[in-house]
Amino acid sequence: MSFKALVVIVMAGILVNNYTLRQFLGICPFLGVSKELKNATGMSIAVIFVMLLATAVTWPIQMFLLVPNNLGYLQTVVFILVIAALVQLVEIALKKFMPPLYNALGVFLPLITTNCAVLAVTIANIDSGYTFVESLFNALGSGLGFFLAMVLFSGVRGHIEASDPPESFKGLPITLVAAAILSLSFFGFNGVVENLFA
Amino acid sequence: MNPIIFAVIAVAVIGLICSVVLAIASKVMAVPVNETEQKVRECLPGANCGACGYAGCDGYAAALASGEETKTNKCIPGSDGVAKLVAGVLGVEAEDVIEQVALVHCLGTCDVTKDKMNYQGIESCKAAKLFYGGRGSCTYGCLGIGDCMNVCPQNAIYMDKGIAHVDNELCIGCGLCAKTCPNGIITLVPDVIRTMVTCNNHDKGAVTRKVCSHGCIGCMKCVKNCPAEAISVVSNLAVIDYTKCQNCGKCAEVCVTGCIMEADFKGIWNTNDPDVEKPEWGEEKAED
Repeated sequence: MSFKALVVIVMAGILVNNYTLRQFLGICPFLGVSKELKNATGMSIAVIFVMLLATAVTWPIQMFLLVPNNLGYLQTVVFILVIAALVQLVEIALKKFMPPLYNALGVFLPLITTNCAVLAVTIANIDSGYTFVESLFNALGSGLGFFLAMVLFSGVRGHIEASDPPESFKGLPITLVAAAILSLSFFGFNGVVENLFA
Repeated sequence: MNPIIFAVIAVAVIGLICSVVLAIASKVMAVPVNETEQKVRECLPGANCGACGYAGCDGYAAALASGEETKTNKCIPGSDGVAKLVAGVLGVEAEDVIEQVALVHCLGTCDVTKDKMNYQGIESCKAAKLFYGGRGSCTYGCLGIGDCMNVCPQNAIYMDKGIAHVDNELCIGCGLCAKTCPNGIITLVPDVIRTMVTCNNHDKGAVTRKVCSHGCIGCMKCVKNCPAEAISVVSNLAVIDYTKCQNCGKCAEVCVTGCIMEADFKGIWNTNDPDVEKPEWGEEKAED
C-alpha cells in the first residue's frame, strides 16, 4: 500500500467512478438539494462525513463478523441496519455536543440514512478487496466526488433558473437533460486515473 | 446449528445492540425541548416570511423563548393579534405592532418616460436588468415585468401603465418584493407615514429630466421647505427621514416634478377607520 495507490483510489473515486455522474447512485439528493450552492455544500459535507463513518464501521463488521461465520450474503441487510443506526446516533450526539455542526448538517443527516451512494461505497470497499485504510480513502474520494457533482450541478441549475426553456421542458425535464450532459462529460475521464503515475 | 437460524439470530442480535445503543443515547443525550418555544411557535402565523428578521417563524420563536429577543411585536404579518398571543404566552405586556407597507419608489409610467428598446427576452426583471439595465430609458426605475408581483404572497402588487403598484389594503408588509426587486425601488415603511419620494433616479437633474418627467431632479426645494429638516438630497435624490417627518406634506406642495407625493399608506388593519381615504394611485399627479 503505497502513497501512490491511495492517491489513485481517491482520484478514481472523484473522477472515474463518480457515484452520482458515473454510477447514477444518490440521484435523489443530487436532484433534490442541488438548487442552491449553500444547501449543496452542506449536503455534500454530510455525505462525506457519513461515508467515512459508515466505512469505518462496516468494514470491521464484514471482516470480523460476517466472513468468519459464512454470513457474507447478509451484507446488504446488516450494512443498512448498522448505517441507519449509526447516522441516528451521530445525529443525537451532534445535537447534544455540537449544536453549530448540528445546525449545519442536521437537516441532511436523516436524508442520507438510507442513501444508496453510502451503501454502495461500503459494499464497493468489500468487493474491491480494499484494506481498512484503502477503504477509508475510497470513501473519502467517493464523498469528494459527490461534493464535486453537487457543486457543479448547483452552478448549472443557477443558469437553468435564469433561462427560458420551452414550456414542456420547464422544471424537472430540463434539469434531467442538464444532468445527463454533465454526466456525459464525466465519461471523458475514462482511463485517466489508471495512468496517473505511468 | 442450522445456518438459517444462526443468520436470523445474528441479525437480530445486531439489531438489538443498535436499538439498545440508540435508546440509551436518546435518553442520556436528550436535549430538552423548550415548551415555551413550542407554544410561541403555535401563536405565529407560520408563513416563514422573515419579516421579523429571523430565518423563519421557528427562529423567532426560539429567540423569544430563550430571552434573546424581547420584542413581541416583530411579526408584522401577524399584526397586533399575534403580538398579544405571544405576549400572553411569555407573560409580558403586548406592544403595538408598527405595521409596514411596501412602497414603490417609481412613478415612471409609460406616459412620462420612454422605452429605449423593444425588450423581448426572458420575462423577468432580473434578466431584463442584466440586459443594458432594462427596457426603460431610466435604468433606476421600475422594470415593469413584475418579479415583485410574482413573489407577493398576498397578490397585493399589480402592474399598471408599466410600473408596479402596491395595494395597501392587501399588503402585509412581509418585504419579499423589496428583496426581489433588482433595482431596489421597493422599500418597507411604517404605515403611519404620509409622504413618499416616488423616484429612485440618482442621475443629475438634467439627465433625469430627459428620461422621465416625473423624476427627482435634486432641486432642493423640498429640503428648504421642510420644517422638520427631515429631507436631504443624497446623490441627486431626495430622501425622507421618517424618524423626523411630521407628515405636514409641505414637500409635496413645492415639488417641481411632482415626484414627492402625499397619500395615506395605511394598510389592511386600519381600514375600518372612516376618516382614512385610500390613495388613488392611477390618477396620482399624472399631469406633471
